[in-house]
Amino acid sequence: MSELSDEIKQKIRDHFVRYPTKQAVTLPALHMVHDQKRCVSNKAMEEIAEILELAPSQIHDTLSFYGYFRTEEAPLGETRVWICRSLPCMLRGGEQLLSELCSRWGIQPGETTADGKITLELAECLGACDGAPCMLVGDELSLRMTADSVEQQVRG
Amino acid sequence: MDTKNSTKFEPILLSRVGRPNSTSLESYRADGGYTALGKALKMSQPQIIDLVKASGLRGRGGAGFPTGMKWSFLPPNVTGPIYMCINGDESEPGTFNNRILIEEDPHQVLEGIVIGCYATRATTAYFYLRYEYGRCYRTLQKAVDEMYAAGLLGQNILGSGYGLDIHLHRGACAYICGEETGLIESLEGKRAWPRIKPPFPAIEGAFRRPTVVNNVETMACVPHIVNRGAEWFQSMGVPKDPNNPRDAGSYGPKLYCISGHVNKPGLVELPMGISARELIDDYAGGVWNGRKAKAVVPGGISMGFMSADELDTPLDFAGPGRVGCLGLGTAAVIVIDDQTSMVDVLYNTCRFFAHESCGQCTPCREGTAWSTKILERIRSGHGKLSDLDLLLEISNSIGTIPGTTICGLADGAAWPIKNALTKFRPEFEEYIRSGRKSEAPQLAGAH
Repeated sequence: MSELSDEIKQKIRDHFVRYPTKQAVTLPALHMVHDQKRCVSNKAMEEIAEILELAPSQIHDTLSFYGYFRTEEAPLGETRVWICRSLPCMLRGGEQLLSELCSRWGIQPGETTADGKITLELAECLGACDGAPCMLVGDELSLRMTADSVEQQVRG
Repeated sequence: MDTKNSTKFEPILLSRVGRPNSTSLESYRADGGYTALGKALKMSQPQIIDLVKASGLRGRGGAGFPTGMKWSFLPPNVTGPIYMCINGDESEPGTFNNRILIEEDPHQVLEGIVIGCYATRATTAYFYLRYEYGRCYRTLQKAVDEMYAAGLLGQNILGSGYGLDIHLHRGACAYICGEETGLIESLEGKRAWPRIKPPFPAIEGAFRRPTVVNNVETMACVPHIVNRGAEWFQSMGVPKDPNNPRDAGSYGPKLYCISGHVNKPGLVELPMGISARELIDDYAGGVWNGRKAKAVVPGGISMGFMSADELDTPLDFAGPGRVGCLGLGTAAVIVIDDQTSMVDVLYNTCRFFAHESCGQCTPCREGTAWSTKILERIRSGHGKLSDLDLLLEISNSIGTIPGTTICGLADGAAWPIKNALTKFRPEFEEYIRSGRKSEAPQLAGAH
């Protein structure tokens, strides 16, 4: 039984035309799988490697370098919330915000709430220092956050 | 803007920000967009490179390398592909100008890219964009699609016979991808480990082919230079220092990001060479809560700190270096007020670089990690005065300047340490002597 759908495998192959090597499709492929599965399992890494004509260890080597990807041991909750702690956000309360969310949700950065709804992450500079402290949910930035506005946006 | 220095200056790069439909091809063309491309495609490649050289345009990504000269380093008579990589991995703390340029006016950047690719004979451009900029990604993809439909990309652009493809490539949250050879490795599908240079990318870059890597804001300047000329560009900024033959001058408009303890953080466009004091007082509403600035980061945290009595330093390529900072960097100004502990600030910068060190070079991997641990000890009230000399020794031993690392990340980690411990040493000594502890929340975390 294949981990990746035929559709996603085709989407990966569709990227070959953009690059002179198949290996260059590694990050696009990891993103496609991660978007759909909320982690990249060992099986998925093997299947990506097969499509890209690489060893599975090469996929894992790349994946493990980047802070973004989760493996099957630590899958994500439904919503992934990143709170920035770098200097411009720290100066305007980013660390207090992160700390407050940890205590409200009963988790540490990197962990997922017991109901599986939220994964809280600490981020280094998200590039929205004009709206510090800032937050990333999925891949959308939100500016000038408070613990209440985070909860309102994330929990609805 | 109605303050004293802005009366003469009309924004150039930000002129379309905030207008309705500023991101659409139709509105960009209505404002004269892509006329520079039409003009450039009628020029020869060396003519464009000479024009950009004559303008004095220097890269806006941090290193300030002259753009025209970078383009001229490509070997002549290349057979086979040449690549352009656009560095949209903007991750230097305090920096957000590329985000606003892309979100608000993507075609301005893309027009510059097409001109740059034509000038360097590149036929494929990879726009490497940090993953966190999802809105930028969607805005750019829409703009690129519009360009293909309008014959501004693909084969035979505007009937010139020249063809170009632009592909967007998303990163995955790693600061080191902003280093140009780290970016190239990442693009190739590998860990973003910077390469030993030489060979420089112009000779052997992406996919082992000649490659030019340029910053987003740099490319946004290019259409304006083609339209208005090198002299116009040189009419703004700070001229070359006649007493320093190595000074290439600081010409043109610059986007200054202002963040931290000011009343109005934001992005301001001004001629190169404004001072931090003017930026804070005239454009950012002053330091917040009626306080004073204790320290100011001149251009992203890797550039170090200016003290309160250095705020009149002009923020051009040469200015910050004269007061012991590493340089202008990304011109991201971060203001730190007089109620803030420099121990907490330095801990924050050290922790950032320890987190973002790629781990390839031992001095950087160990130096950034140990400097963070030493500052943790100081923040817990158990610091020793000898820790300060130890930190200085680390900061003088890591980086490309002492020659112990492949890339400049460690120089960026070292500079805040050097500046903090020379300019604010009494505060660190007092902190240690009194056994003070940090009031910042203690956070555990996976990474």
